[in-house]
Formats: sequence, structure tokens, C-alpha cells
Amino acid sequence: MKKNNNNFIDLLDSTIPKGMGRRAFLKRFSGGVVIAVSLMDFQALEAAVLQEYPADLNAYLSIDKDGRVTSYTGKIEMGQGVITSLAQMIAEELDVKFSDVEMIMGDTDLCPYDRGTWGSLTTRMFGPALRSAGAEARAILLEMASEKMNVPVSELSVNEGIVFEVKNKQNKLSYAELAQGARIVKSLKNKPVLKDPKDFKIIGKSHLKVDSPDKVTGGAKYAGDIRVPGMVFAKILRPPSHAAKRIKVDVSAVQGVKEIDLIQDGDLIAVLHEDPEVAEKYLNNIKAEYDVPTSGLNENTIFDHLMNVAPEGTLISEGGNLTEGKKGAEEYLEAKFLDGYVAHSPMEPHTAMAMMENGKMKVWASTQNPFGLKSIIANELKLQEENVQVLQVFVGGGFGGKSSNGQAVEAAKLAKISGKPVMVAWTRREEFFYDTFRPAAVIKINSGCKKDGKLTLWDYGVYFAGQRGAQHFYDIPNHKTVAYNSGWTAEAGAHPFATGAWRAPSNNTNSFARESQINIMAAKIGMDPVEFRFKNLKDERMIRTLKAAVDKFGWTSIKSPSGKGWGIACGVDAGAYVALMAKINVDKSNGKVVVERVVVAQDMGLVINPQGATIQAEGCVTMGLGYALSEDIQFAGGEIHNRNFDSYEIPRFSWTPKIEVELLDLPYEPAQGGGEPAIIVMGALIANAIYDAIGVRLYQMPMTPDRILKGLKNKN
Amino acid sequence: MKDTIRFELNNKPQEVTIDKERTLLWVLRNDLDLTGTKYGCGMGLCGACSVLVDNKPVRSCQVTADFVDGKKVVTVEGLGTKDKLHPVQQAFVDHDALQCGYCTPGMIITATGLLYKNPSPTREEIIDAMDENFCRCGAYTRIIDAIQAASKKMKGGI
Repeated sequence: MKKNNNNFIDLLDSTIPKGMGRRAFLKRFSGGVVIAVSLMDFQALEAAVLQEYPADLNAYLSIDKDGRVTSYTGKIEMGQGVITSLAQMIAEELDVKFSDVEMIMGDTDLCPYDRGTWGSLTTRMFGPALRSAGAEARAILLEMASEKMNVPVSELSVNEGIVFEVKNKQNKLSYAELAQGARIVKSLKNKPVLKDPKDFKIIGKSHLKVDSPDKVTGGAKYAGDIRVPGMVFAKILRPPSHAAKRIKVDVSAVQGVKEIDLIQDGDLIAVLHEDPEVAEKYLNNIKAEYDVPTSGLNENTIFDHLMNVAPEGTLISEGGNLTEGKKGAEEYLEAKFLDGYVAHSPMEPHTAMAMMENGKMKVWASTQNPFGLKSIIANELKLQEENVQVLQVFVGGGFGGKSSNGQAVEAAKLAKISGKPVMVAWTRREEFFYDTFRPAAVIKINSGCKKDGKLTLWDYGVYFAGQRGAQHFYDIPNHKTVAYNSGWTAEAGAHPFATGAWRAPSNNTNSFARESQINIMAAKIGMDPVEFRFKNLKDERMIRTLKAAVDKFGWTSIKSPSGKGWGIACGVDAGAYVALMAKINVDKSNGKVVVERVVVAQDMGLVINPQGATIQAEGCVTMGLGYALSEDIQFAGGEIHNRNFDSYEIPRFSWTPKIEVELLDLPYEPAQGGGEPAIIVMGALIANAIYDAIGVRLYQMPMTPDRILKGLKNKN
Repeated sequence: MKDTIRFELNNKPQEVTIDKERTLLWVLRNDLDLTGTKYGCGMGLCGACSVLVDNKPVRSCQVTADFVDGKKVVTVEGLGTKDKLHPVQQAFVDHDALQCGYCTPGMIITATGLLYKNPSPTREEIIDAMDENFCRCGAYTRIIDAIQAASKKMKGGI
């Protein structure tokens, strides 16, 4: 068995560590104060090293002559709200007005290098680095003011960008005035200190999303909204299946057509025209023949196939002795859980605009990793990295899916070949075909407990989901957790198409299995599933989170199936703890589930923007209903059958329950992730509530009406 | 074949000479630079491309340009500006009723169309009218709240 070398942070692979070009960086500062320091607090330093953030904190902020603060981040805004919460952090530590901060995001010429916006890392890893930069800048500006005002720093204070003498408030200097002298380089004598949470004026207070006014008026620019003179749309010849090999292509029907550009570059065949519908029309006149091998793989057979091709396992954790654990068990259960392929389906399909300008490739793309994209394009097009710039746009939802950037590479290639600005905007059909799906997966659990509810055995194997969230957090004396294929991608031959990270990757599938199994064990001995959890928990954070959920929901002891339709599930993701409770209704005549109420209790440490964090939890619950109840990619080998929302059903208004979110008040604990944690237990939450409602235990997601009806039939 | 189509667009007369069979969505986005109206699915399933035609929500990916000849078209850009938001837009801002914002123009247009037809919808009527508009980020509950708030504020007509 292999050893697990992963550190505690979940990261996507990135092999492109590089900082912002020094020249581009200096170009940014035509005036104002440049803050140069080398001291960072420990958490920020850890973040900087792990995420390869530049040590030079100049990269994070600048103050212009009017006192406006511009803050730079390689992160992107895709709905998670960091354009607001990052501005709160810098405004707080720098002591300026929140409204005086503007965020520049994801521009590879202007912003510090960042691996990508995923893993709920923005607040917990970039946040400390950014806050340190703000604190250090404030300290330097105070020292500068001290020299100019001839007052010791200890007798100065700052409010909204104005430095003043505490004893004589009329004696003051603004950051704008201090910035007058253009570039200043200065080192601090003493390490600056982050603010004490009791002094927070901006962090910890709810702020409305700063990007809303642009988004409600249609002014916000997404990649598809970039307009450049002379631009054309590309339509690209696509295969019918991921396994298809093109054996013949006949472009004669469109050759010589004056109004289009026909591009043939190896496998890439595209028609360019200023109107995407004209490009599409001509593309449809190209005749291609494919060799499509038959495959027995589909949404039903995939699980046996995966078990057959599973690689050697990686040990995640172990303790005690499994044989002893089984011997000591008074109740024992072996179970197998299945999860199908799930699409990201953001409302904005993958889109990119690319143009060559004076030897430089400029790209606007819906991407979660602008710096990774820049490197890929440089590599594919044989350009120097400094001759590729990815520019800032809003991203219309990502959920992990926009860390693959095929559309942008296509746009850049076509722009280089044609010499024209080229837009590649995938259709919904293309989006469903080229998505990197959440992998289908199998989880096997053998568990045992005493009649008093104490777990004695936990033998856990996860196949192909990945290892995030595989490790349990219960106090079990004899346990072992093994991941067979530890990532969300796999060796060729496992999946018939691409798979990838899907919001809280691995953890949705792992939590479905673990938290279902816990409820099954509780039901076996006739114990309330909440009491059963408390009996097996020692982790104080989970205990207090679960208690918060009990209070908010008003949970009272039940013997499941109680007929009430109550569900419970707990989980840990991105450093945050969640406990969710639900009340559902199941219509036994048609197998339809209606989720009436969901309560989320979440320990995410320091909360930067409480309403923003609440909204993320609400989004997690809503989105999670989809993979729990309906979302399932149907396929035959590499041919995807659901290519639009008529056959791939995502949650809608009428599904949405009342959602109540309780964020634990923990301002002195490090900020953790918030964009993903609450989604991880949605599968188990619904599965446990279904069992409580009608006594049917489902071991496979999604829990469709058909599967529920089948379960009812088998039960009777 | 090019034809001239005349209609009212965002309260101003508009004339375009185009192939009248072209899809309205692309004429708005590419010929008239009104990129607030989004492509989501191309099949009229998701509502991201909704525009008001004679005060009724229409999926602009499902109609050709000549459909609006002689009619009144309002896109999200025509409702209000950042300085002077339409009450529905303002309610979306006040309720944080969006995340990535990509579905938002279609949501706002569909909601405005509902309020033209039914100025005081119940929660159930809002859900019913909005149910074919999709938001992947999960802003539904806040959108419902925003529409209810806008409805209250707009008592006496739009």
C-alpha cells in the first residue's frame, strides 16, 4: 500500500509557479506609495509559501494620489463573493473606508501569482497574506506620518485613511497626502500586528455584494461580453463521442466561401464568422466520418467496471485492530454506496475571447485559474509567458469546472492562426460534452458497534471519488481508511471521459457514504441518530457544531424511521465543520421528495462577511439538492446522452426549501473555507431523511423517484 | 435576404437591416451591443436570455428578429441604470439576490414581466412564474424575497 504524502490542504495540481513579472509590476506604479516590507506574520507566511504568493507585499496593494486603494489578487470572482470580502479585509487592516477600495482580480499582468480559485482557499490562505499586507502598509504610513508630523507613532492613530495625533486631532495627514511623494520604499523596524477582532469595524460585519449594481444592469462583463473591432466567432467541428476517431472529413462544401475563414490545424477544424449562427451554418456543411468503438459502459455498468480497474490503495489513516473491532461488535454492517457522474453546469458555459496585439496574446476567459491558463497558452502556442496576458472578467459560475480551460486554448490558437480576435463560446451541448464531471465512485464500509451505540469498527474504502472527506471524525477504536485512486481524475481506462474537481471534490461522495452508514448503525440499535453521533464524538468543534444545529432545528429524540422525514448529517471540509438537519416529505405514490426545511450550523472560524458566508451556505444547500435528487450523467461509452437542461435536471425555484444558517461566532479562530462545506452532506442528509420518512434506505445517488419507488416495492 | 426591422428598444426607436431569420439574442448581443442578455442553453430552457416584448418575458434564443417588428423590446439595460435602478434591480441589490450574476438579467426581466401581469403576486405565484429560470449558484430564496419586496415598493404600477 502506498503512503499518503498529501499535506492538509486540498489543492489541484499546478506546475506553474511564477510571480508577476517585475516589469509589469513596476509599470503599475506610476505614482503613489509603494510599500516595501519583508515581514509577515506566521499564518501569512505559511500561506505565501504553500500557495507561492510573492514575498514582496507591493504586489497586493497600492494607494493613489486621491487616497483610493487598489488591491490586487490572482483570485477571480465567480459568485462566491470574494470581491466584497477581500475588500473588507484590506480596508480593515489598512484603516480606510470600505468604499475606497477597488479590487483588481485575475489579471496576470497586474496581480500577484495565484494557483487558482478553488478549494475554498481564498479567505483562509490568501486572506492572511492580504491582511498582513494591509497591516504592514498601515504601519509604514504611520511611520511616514510620524516623521512628517514630528510626532511619535505611539501618539498617532488612523481613521478612514486619515492619520491624526491622538491628543490633537486637528494635527492630521491623509494617506493621500502621504502618497504625494510618488514611490517610497521603506522597511519596517517592527513586525506589524493584525488587528484584534474586538477592534474590527469592517470585518465581521455584513456588506452587500459590491458587484451587484453592475450585475443587475447588464454592465458586468463576462468573457462572452468582450467586444473588439473585427472580432469573429468560431464554431468548431466536434466528435460524437469521446472515444470517436475521425477517419474522413470533407470540407469541400465550405472551401472558398468568401464570407468565412475555414481553419484546419491538425485535429482542429473551425469556421470563423462575425455572426455565430452563420459560422454554425457553414460548419454543419462540413461532413465528417468517425470510427466510434462500441462500449458496454453506461451509468449502470460503470460501478463494476471501476471496481475491476481500481488501482492499489493509499492508506489515509488507521488505528487499533480491525479484527478486534469486528469481534467486539454487537451489530455489524457491510454496505456499498454508489455515486454517478455529475456535471458542473454553470449558467455561463466555457467562453473565451483571444486576440494578438503587438505580439502579445490577450485572453479574456471564464477561468478559475488565469495564471495556469497563461502558462498553458504560452506552452501550446510557443509564446514567451510574458507575451500572454489573461485579463479580468467576471466568471458566471465555476464550481471546479472552470479550472479546465479548453475553450481558451482553442480561442488563442484560432486567434494566432487567423490573425483575428476570436471568440469561442461553447454551446450548452458542448459544455455538457467537455465538462470534467464529478467522477462516478464506489464506497465500501464495514462497521460495527455495541448495543449502547459505541462504534467499535470502521473499515472504509473509497474507489475513485478521491480522498478529501474520506477520513472520519468519530472516535472509533479500530479503524482504517483507504483510498483506491486518491484523486478526482484517474488513469486512462477508468472513466470514459474527463473527470475533475466538483465543488468540495470527493467530499460529497464520501460524506454521503459515511453519514448514511452512521444513521444505519443508529437505526440498527434503535437509537436517535443525533444521540448516536454524540456518543461517538470527541472532536469539540464537531460537538459544538452539532449542538448548534440541534438548537436551531429543534431536534428531539427520534427512533428512525419516525415518519417525520427528519435528516441529519455532519462533515468537515476546507477547515470548516458543518452539521445539517432537514425536514422532508416523500410522496409514496410517485416517489417525489419535497425538502421543506434545511438548517445549517457551520463553524468556519472568523467570518469576514456574515451575509456573504450565509449566502454561500444557502447556495450549497440549493445546489446540493441536485446531485442528491436528480443529477446523473447518462452515457454509452464516450457518448454523453444528457446535453441540455431538458435531460439533465438542476434544482429550480419550486424545489427550494426554507434554509436557515447558523454561523458559529468564533472571531478569534482562523478563518476557514465557506464556499464548499455545507454542500458536502446534502446527499446523506436527504438519504437519512428519506429513510426517516418512509423506511427506505437508498445506497445510490441521485435518489430519483424511480429509485425511491423501487425501494418501497422491495420493502413491501 | 436583408430586411429592415423597426421596433422600440429600451424606450428608443430602433431600426436594423439584417437577415430577419436571425435569432433575436444574437442580434441584441452582437449587432446592438446589448450584452446584458445572456446565452444559457439555446433551447429556451433556462431563461438567461429573457427580454420583455410588449411587457411580456420572451426567450430571445427562441425567436427570430422579425418577431419584434413593430413591438416594444426592453432588455436589462433598458430597465434602469446604476445611478437610477429599477425597483426590481434595486431589490436584487438590497437582498443580495445573486451570486455569479449570469442568470440575473433573465431573472430580473422575468420578474418584471410577472409584476406587469400581476403586481401583487403571492410567494407561490412568484415561484410558478420563475420556475423555468435557472440559477446554478442557488440564489432562489433571495430572489423570491427580492421580488416580493419590489412588488410592495411598486404598489401603484411600474
